[in-house]
Amino acid sequence: MTQMSFARAINSGLRKSLENDPKVILMGEDIGTLGGVFRVTDGLQKDFGKHRVVDTPLAESGIMGTAVGLAYRGYRPVVEIQFDGFIYPAFDQIVSQVAKLHYRTQGAVKMPITVRVPFGGGIGSPEHHSESPEAYFTHTSGLRVITPSNPQDAHTMIQQAITSDDPVLYFEPKRRYHDKGEVDETVDPASAMSMGKARVVTEGKDVTLVAYGPLVKTARDAAVAAADEGVSIEVIDLRSLAPVDFATLEASVRKTGRLVITHEAGQSGGLGAEVAASITERCFYYLEAAPVRITGFDIPYPYSKLEMHHLPGLDRILDGVDRALGRPNSLSGLEG
Amino acid sequence: MFTDELGQGGNVTDGPDNSAGHHGGARENLVQLITPGGERVSHPQYDAWVRDVSDEQLGSLYEDLVVIRRIDTEATALQRQGELGLWPPLLGQEAAQIGSARALRDDDFVFSSYRENGVAYCRGVDLSDILKVWRGNASAGWDPYTVNMATPQIIIGAQTLHATGYAMGIQNDGADSVAITYFGDGATSEGDVNEAMVFAASFQSPVIFFCQNNHWAISEPVRLQSHIRIADRAAGFGIPGIRVDGNDVLAVMAATREALERARHGGGPTFIEAVTYRMGPHTTADDPTRYRDANELEDWAAKDPIARIKGLLERKGLLTEQLEARVAAKADAVAREVRAGCINMPDPQPLDIFKHVYSTPNSWLDRQEDHYSRYLASFGDPAGANSEEGAR
Repeated sequence: MTQMSFARAINSGLRKSLENDPKVILMGEDIGTLGGVFRVTDGLQKDFGKHRVVDTPLAESGIMGTAVGLAYRGYRPVVEIQFDGFIYPAFDQIVSQVAKLHYRTQGAVKMPITVRVPFGGGIGSPEHHSESPEAYFTHTSGLRVITPSNPQDAHTMIQQAITSDDPVLYFEPKRRYHDKGEVDETVDPASAMSMGKARVVTEGKDVTLVAYGPLVKTARDAAVAAADEGVSIEVIDLRSLAPVDFATLEASVRKTGRLVITHEAGQSGGLGAEVAASITERCFYYLEAAPVRITGFDIPYPYSKLEMHHLPGLDRILDGVDRALGRPNSLSGLEG
Repeated sequence: MFTDELGQGGNVTDGPDNSAGHHGGARENLVQLITPGGERVSHPQYDAWVRDVSDEQLGSLYEDLVVIRRIDTEATALQRQGELGLWPPLLGQEAAQIGSARALRDDDFVFSSYRENGVAYCRGVDLSDILKVWRGNASAGWDPYTVNMATPQIIIGAQTLHATGYAMGIQNDGADSVAITYFGDGATSEGDVNEAMVFAASFQSPVIFFCQNNHWAISEPVRLQSHIRIADRAAGFGIPGIRVDGNDVLAVMAATREALERARHGGGPTFIEAVTYRMGPHTTADDPTRYRDANELEDWAAKDPIARIKGLLERKGLLTEQLEARVAAKADAVAREVRAGCINMPDPQPLDIFKHVYSTPNSWLDRQEDHYSRYLASFGDPAGANSEEGAR
C-alpha cells in the first residue's frame, strides 16, 4: 500500500495500462510535455514517447474523431478532455460515433475508447470549469459512464475502463485530485470489484444516501454527523452511473425504506430522477417516504463566490435526510 | 491568386462553364486528361501517373462506370417501387468514384459518406449489402474489415476525422497503407473536416481528402459553402490541394495515384477536389426542380463521364461490339443481382434491436429486452410476428 493523491493514483493506473498494452494511446491537450493542467499525465510522455502520449491540436471534436479512427485501426485511445465544460465540441463524435459504431456495425467495429473528464465544482474557477455534464452521457445508449470517489477506485477503475471493449466516460472529481488515500498498486483490475458495481461505503439502517464522485466524501461526513444525533445513514457510492447497479440500491432501500440521492448536477432530468423513478418502480412497497433529491439547481454553473450555495453540502444533505425521515426540516409544512 | 475572385463580391461560382482554360488564373490548373468530347489531351505532370493504363484497363474502367450507373438506376427504381425506403443517387459522379477507388490497394482504408456506392462496389462489397441500410434492414450493410471500407457515414464530414485517426494509426504501425476519405462540397463547411485537415497536417498523416464537389448540398449551391475554390483552401492548412476534372476517370485516377504515392512515402496528406455534378436529386426524397436551373443540368449532361470515356474508346478504335456486348451483359447481370438481393433479403427479427448496443452485458438494457420479450410473448407469438397495433 502506498499513500498517494487521487491524481497520482490515476497517473499510476494510466502508466500500468500503457505498460500492459502497446495499443493503449493517450491523447489530449497539454497532456504531454506539461503533464496535463492537473498533472494527471505527468511524466508519461517522457517515459512512453510522443506516439503513445500525444499532445493534440486544440480541437475536441478532432481529438474524439481521430480517436475513433485509431480505434478502427485496433488502438485503445484514452482521451483527455481538459475540463467538463470543454466536452461539448466533441459531443457529436461521442454520441453519434463512439456510442453507436458497435451497434451500427453489428459488433464488427469495437470502440474501446476511454474519455477522461475532470468534472464538478468547488475549485473557485470561472464558467465552463466546474460543470457536471454526466446525464447527457448516461442518457446516451452505447456508453458506459463511471466515476471513482477515492484514490484506490481511481487507480483500479481507470484500468478497467481502458480494458473495456465498450466506450467509457470516466469522470474525475477534480476537487478531490489532491485528496490522499492508501492505494494498493498491485490490485489486479480483472479480479477487483467491477466498475459496474455500486459500493456500500457506510452501513446504516434508517436511510439510504446515494452519492457519486465528489459528493461521496460529503455523504460520508454527513453519515458521521447524523450518527451523533442517533440517525443511521447507509451511504452508497454509485461508481457506475450507466448502468446504475440497482441491485445494490434495492437491497439497501428494502432495508432502510428511505432514499436520498445527491449530486452536483442540476436536478431536472438528472441522474437522481432516474434513481428515484427506478427505485420507486422496484421497491414501492418497501418505501416509507418519497425519495428525496438534494442536487445542484437548474442554473448555469454560478460564479465561484456563490458556488457553495449551488453545491450540495453536508447540512443541505442532512436537511434532506430529515425530510426522508419525516423529521422537522426546512420544508416542513410545505406540501409536495 | 484569390484576390481577383474575392473582388467579385461573392459571385464566385463553380458553374457549368468552369472547365479548364476559360477563366485564367488557377482555373487553368483543373487537371483534365480526357476532354468532354473524348479526346485524350496531354498533361505535363499527370500523364506519367496513368501511362501504364492499358487499352484493356480502359475497357474495364468503362465497364465499371456503366455498371455502377446501372446499380444506381436499379436502386432508384427499387425505391420508386417501394422496396427501398430511400436511395442517394450517384448519377454523374461515376468517374470521380471509380477513378479514385480503382487507384487504391486492398490494404488502404476508405471512410466515405453515403453516396459512395460506386466505391463500395470497387471494394467488393456484396450488392445486397449496399442496399441493406436503405431497405431498413440494418444500420450498416457490411463488416468494414472484410473490404477495408467503413460503412456509410451520415453525419456530414464526421468520417474525415476517422480517416485521419486511422492514418495516425498507420503511422504508428510503420505501415505504408493510406486512408482515404470521401465527402462533398457541403461538408467542407463542417468543423470536423477542418479539424481533420489540421490534425492531418500537424501529424503529416497518410490520408487523402477526396472532395467530390458536385455543386449542390441538397439545395445549397457550392458558392454558399466557399468563397474561394475549395481546393485552394488546402494551402491554408499546409496541405497540397489539387483540382481535377471529376468527370474524367483517367484524370481522377492520376491525381489519386499521385496522392497515394505521396502518402505512402511519408509525404503526408493531399486534398483532391474532384469537380463533378450531381445529376440526380440529393436522395429519392428530394426535388431539385425547386432550386436549380434546367440549363445547368443540360450543360453538365454534355460533360457526362461515361460518354467521355466511351468517346475515347471510340477514337482509339477500342469500342468494339464485343466490348459493348460484354459491358451490357455485365450490367444486366448486376442489375438482376441487385434486384434479387433486395427483394430476397431476410427481414430482421424484433429482438435484434437490442443486439450489439454493448459488447458486454448491460443490466439496464438486459432488463428492457427481457420485459419486451415478455410483452411480445403475451401475444402468444414469441417472434412478435403478430404484434402489429391492435392485435393484442
